[in-house]
Amino acid sequence: MKKDDLLRVYYLMRLVRGFETRAAEQYTRGRIGGFCHLYSGEEAVAIGALWHLRKDDYVIGSYRDHAYYLLRGGDPGRAMAELFGHADGICKGKGGSMHFFDRTLHFYGGYAIVGGMCPIAAGMALAARTRGEDRVVLCFFGDGATNQGVYHEALNMASLLKLPVVWVCENNLYAIGTSVQRSSAQESLSRKAGEAYNMPAWVADGMDFFKMQSVAERAIKRARAGEGPSFIEARCYRYQGHSMSDPGTYRGKQEIEHWRKRDPIPKLKAAIRGDFDAPEAEFEAIDRRVREELDRAVATAEAGRELPRERLYEDLYVD
Amino acid sequence: MSHMTYREALNLALREEMERDPAVIVFGEDVAEYEGSFKVTRGLLKQFGPSRVFDTPISEAAIVGLATGAAMAGLRPVPELMTVNFAFVAMDQICNHLAVMRYMFGGQVALPVTIRMPGGGGHQLAAQHSHSLEHVFAHTPGLKAVYPATVADARALLKAAVRDDNPVVFLEHEGLYGLKGEVPEEAEPATIGEAAVLRRGRDVSLVAYGAMTQAALAAAGALEKEDGVSAEVVDLRSLRPWDRDLVAESVAGTHRAVIVEEPPPVCGVGAEVVATLCEMVFDRLDAPPVRVSGADVPMPYARELEQSCIPHAADVVAAVRRMMG
Repeated sequence: MKKDDLLRVYYLMRLVRGFETRAAEQYTRGRIGGFCHLYSGEEAVAIGALWHLRKDDYVIGSYRDHAYYLLRGGDPGRAMAELFGHADGICKGKGGSMHFFDRTLHFYGGYAIVGGMCPIAAGMALAARTRGEDRVVLCFFGDGATNQGVYHEALNMASLLKLPVVWVCENNLYAIGTSVQRSSAQESLSRKAGEAYNMPAWVADGMDFFKMQSVAERAIKRARAGEGPSFIEARCYRYQGHSMSDPGTYRGKQEIEHWRKRDPIPKLKAAIRGDFDAPEAEFEAIDRRVREELDRAVATAEAGRELPRERLYEDLYVD
Repeated sequence: MSHMTYREALNLALREEMERDPAVIVFGEDVAEYEGSFKVTRGLLKQFGPSRVFDTPISEAAIVGLATGAAMAGLRPVPELMTVNFAFVAMDQICNHLAVMRYMFGGQVALPVTIRMPGGGGHQLAAQHSHSLEHVFAHTPGLKAVYPATVADARALLKAAVRDDNPVVFLEHEGLYGLKGEVPEEAEPATIGEAAVLRRGRDVSLVAYGAMTQAALAAAGALEKEDGVSAEVVDLRSLRPWDRDLVAESVAGTHRAVIVEEPPPVCGVGAEVVATLCEMVFDRLDAPPVRVSGADVPMPYARELEQSCIPHAADVVAAVRRMMG
């Protein structure tokens, strides 16, 4: 990869991590309500998975969705405004943290029922194929989704119909507080999907951008060529609890430290410096740019307000 | 005018809409090669081919989700759930995804999905296969819910549902598939949300929908013949939105209301209609409005027991006599 591309990846990592840090701050200040799930630690999964996607491909995912929106080219200010519940948020403050959505970016939403977005992803793929388009659908969900009935229905149907879907399982080892070991009879989620539903299934190091993008490239190519769905189990870790209201006490300090040592950001930085002449100042400039962008995002959100009560009934039906 | 059955009218509507718009697709359990459990989709696979008419596994939640996603990406899906009873396993996809998404995402997406589902009791299918779930869909913001009671409406309402840019739950009654009636030559869709007065009357308004409209019509005939009572029959046709103005107008004229519904009464469509009448025309009522509803039990298997759970014309007649007497 070219140096500019790699610096772009570094920027995206910083943007996602920085956004989540700001979201946590604003949550603690009481500016953000409800549930707020952070992506910190898992950046390489989404950045790698989305790297080879075309602009007109479809992305859909779970409620841990801030990263998907930002990585599709979303505006951090409108994202923060949505978290604040403001009218200039992505969904006019009607969705909040778990329900980001931007049709213009072909990001078709964050969904807060575990596994619920899987058949919807299959439906989008069906539409693309029926309309003679070569778009693919990338669907993100967590390890917990693999225990839901509708997940299995969707994987079976997508494979049966040979739909252009890439299933990306963010296996961060815990469904809220219950570990994969304690919740899935088959601990290998790639085997659980690939063998049962007759499709290629790969395990990827979700803490490593390079490994993620290379697996995703194969999966996307396959789907675009009409060869059907495939499955990526991205082994990763979330640094925070399940959501802002979860202190995450079910995980030992040692375990968290072990994963933090594999943080995707320093790893990427080291890789860039190994291959190119990249002085620290270049990274610092990116860090500063992200800081400024996020300062502006918070300021935008702080300046907004909620939709007036008179507009409560808008957007329910198409007239 | 042409003469056909409720089943044939539904089939005709599907054909007409599929011919009109290549974005309309049909899928579900046994809808293609088997031509539908109730043969509503007969001939569609042959005419439109497997990319627009296809069979799915028995996965109701995924059938609905597939439709939602396909609608979001530019199609106009008309999935069939083999019966309304199986909607229970798809309820998360219907009520907690499809219904809420447009609003939750700030109006960014339109979801033109029509979910067809046959329901109702009367065939000795026992508790798990005899549900009427319309009150649940009527209760859910974001959905529309329609229920044709006549052959002409089977066609006109289905065409309207398919063309609607919102999610529509389209309820069909298993007991009405063989009903015969007239269908007009012109293929105009109905207007969802408009009720219809099927029979004019002076003394009492019978408000009903689905198969119960047929029971109400039979009751009105009997009341006129046997009691000299003139009953007006209002067919709701659409349960969300529902035509409160027309119902209130009818009851303001007759001063009495009997609501006929197939499911148990608690928190049902009848309760909604009665409450609304009390709000809108309380001072025009000569008697408290009453409901004739299904028995408040899971449906029993035994023939006589089952029949005693479902409102019939005789039950409606008896309710009117009590009210007038």
